Amino acid sequence: MRQKVLTYAAPIAVALAAVPFVLPPYQTILLSYGLIMAIAALGFNLLLGYTGLLSFGHSAYFGVGAYAAAFLVKYAGITSIEAFLLGGLIASALVSAIFGFICVRHTRIFFSILALALSQVLWSLALKLFWVTGGTDGLRVPTPTLLGGLVQTTGDKLVFLSRTYYYLVLVVFGISVAVMWLIVHSPFGKALQAIRDNETRAEFVGVEVRKYRWIAFLVSGVFTGLAGTLWVPLNGLTTPDVLYWPFSGEIVFLTVLGGFRTFSGPIVGAVAFNYLKSYAVGLTVYWQFLLGVVLVVLVLALPSGIVGTLSQLRGRLARSAWHEPA
Amino acid sequence: MDTLVLQVLNSLFYASILFQIACGLTLIYGVMRIVNLAHGNLYALGAYVSGWVLGLLATPGTQPRMWFFVLLLAGAVAAAAAGAILEPTLLRPLYKRAEEYQLLITFGLLLILEDLMHMVWGPHPLTSSALPDLLGSSTILGATYPNYNILVIAIGFVAALGVWAFVYRTKFGVILRATSQNMRMAAALGVNVKRVYVQAFTLGCFLAGLGGAIIMPISGAVLGMGIEALILAFVVVVIGGLGSLEGALVGAIIVGFVRTLGIMYFAEIELAVLYLIATIVLLVRPAGLFGRA
Repeated sequence: MRQKVLTYAAPIAVALAAVPFVLPPYQTILLSYGLIMAIAALGFNLLLGYTGLLSFGHSAYFGVGAYAAAFLVKYAGITSIEAFLLGGLIASALVSAIFGFICVRHTRIFFSILALALSQVLWSLALKLFWVTGGTDGLRVPTPTLLGGLVQTTGDKLVFLSRTYYYLVLVVFGISVAVMWLIVHSPFGKALQAIRDNETRAEFVGVEVRKYRWIAFLVSGVFTGLAGTLWVPLNGLTTPDVLYWPFSGEIVFLTVLGGFRTFSGPIVGAVAFNYLKSYAVGLTVYWQFLLGVVLVVLVLALPSGIVGTLSQLRGRLARSAWHEPA
Repeated sequence: MDTLVLQVLNSLFYASILFQIACGLTLIYGVMRIVNLAHGNLYALGAYVSGWVLGLLATPGTQPRMWFFVLLLAGAVAAAAAGAILEPTLLRPLYKRAEEYQLLITFGLLLILEDLMHMVWGPHPLTSSALPDLLGSSTILGATYPNYNILVIAIGFVAALGVWAFVYRTKFGVILRATSQNMRMAAALGVNVKRVYVQAFTLGCFLAGLGGAIIMPISGAVLGMGIEALILAFVVVVIGGLGSLEGALVGAIIVGFVRTLGIMYFAEIELAVLYLIATIVLLVRPAGLFGRA
């Protein structure tokens, strides 16, 4: 495993750290969005890929993370990113603990619909209680301070977002990947996979299925909430759109795009989807159409996603090389 | 008294439209175990097509005529046709695959249909608001109510009755229910399951299209109406029980009345209350009020 970390993770980490020096600011910021969505997708995939529960309501936790930061600005006058992250973690943990408690009583399609219905409670509240949430106008979040002002964050916003904030996102992303890697390779993670593969057998070997699902839901929601909190200062604004269920659909989409049967799939999918979406939005007003076609083709032709398909190809190449030594 | 009558009529009006959307959703789930996320878009398609057909006739100087109402059916027929094309091409390859993929492909379809309607009919709403005026209004127990809205309520009742008769009183209904209960056994007994699936899907889409078509003269055909309607239809089928036709009817009536009450007394949290009711029903009776399993 150490070997694998060195051969794959180390070069990628170096490349990601070099990005602000190589690519123009716009590209760096675009990548930040991708990395943030990757954190959300990592969390989402703990449920879909590892526990076998498809949530069509993960917009709720992303939105809670985002609105938590916005509320801190509006009602407490706090603009520290550390406070945002702490507030976002607490808020999304609370909400996903409650919603998860309700949702894990069901599985399969009922789980999906219940998660969706609950997320829409939050969406309708954010939309209708406009004197609290700003309604469709949303809430603004200014440039945050970092380490209590030790790191210079005033001045050109573009420079801040493409340098300082990018590295912050990168660090949080790195920690998230490491933590998620530990979780899925821990006995707890193995138990979740056992539940996914055979619920009854897992129950018989002593796994407390519902409790494990609930904890998985909680962890999943916190990761997605963290992504929401990181996303707000980058975007500068949060609107009820991040709570609306088509956004949950996007999270499902990008996870399947990368491949939900692998650890790295959601990360690759999130970054790829982010490029795909911003390219499509720039190309045509009918970007939804384009994304829809991609999704349909993906489901029909490449159900194992980018990472799954690549590893199948590599497996095939390796086999043919084995059979016909050059 | 007259406000009460008005509120009851308004609730029944909502319930009628909701039933037509939810009934198709639940029928499709009941027969082929697929939750069609694009179902709301077929409702929107019904609205757009009937709005477009009526718009073609509305040249300056022509007055709307009574027979124009028949043209509203065009929307329902168009949605049914779309269903008859979509089921064999997109959904059929997925019946043996995991549920995730089925949900995802209908989500992809939702994105595609949403933008297709934007492409064809542009960003502006289509409407033919002069049409309902033709029917005038009547006074019921002291309340003045548009006759067109009463017609919508009546269509809802007829649709409910028609679907009930169709499913429980015809040979096709027997085959449909048999396929729903045990697809393999039905196939072994000689039922052409593929054909039943297309027919059920087409019927479901027809009902959604009809709902869209008859609401069009009142609220117009607008972008995003499908996504919004789908979520309300979800609330209806969750309350009533996914796959149950009686549940769709009862759920639609409950949601219709709660919405009307909500608009009067708690407008801000009206949607939240609906979702909360759905959540409570799922917790207390996981399969919904009328669900089996």
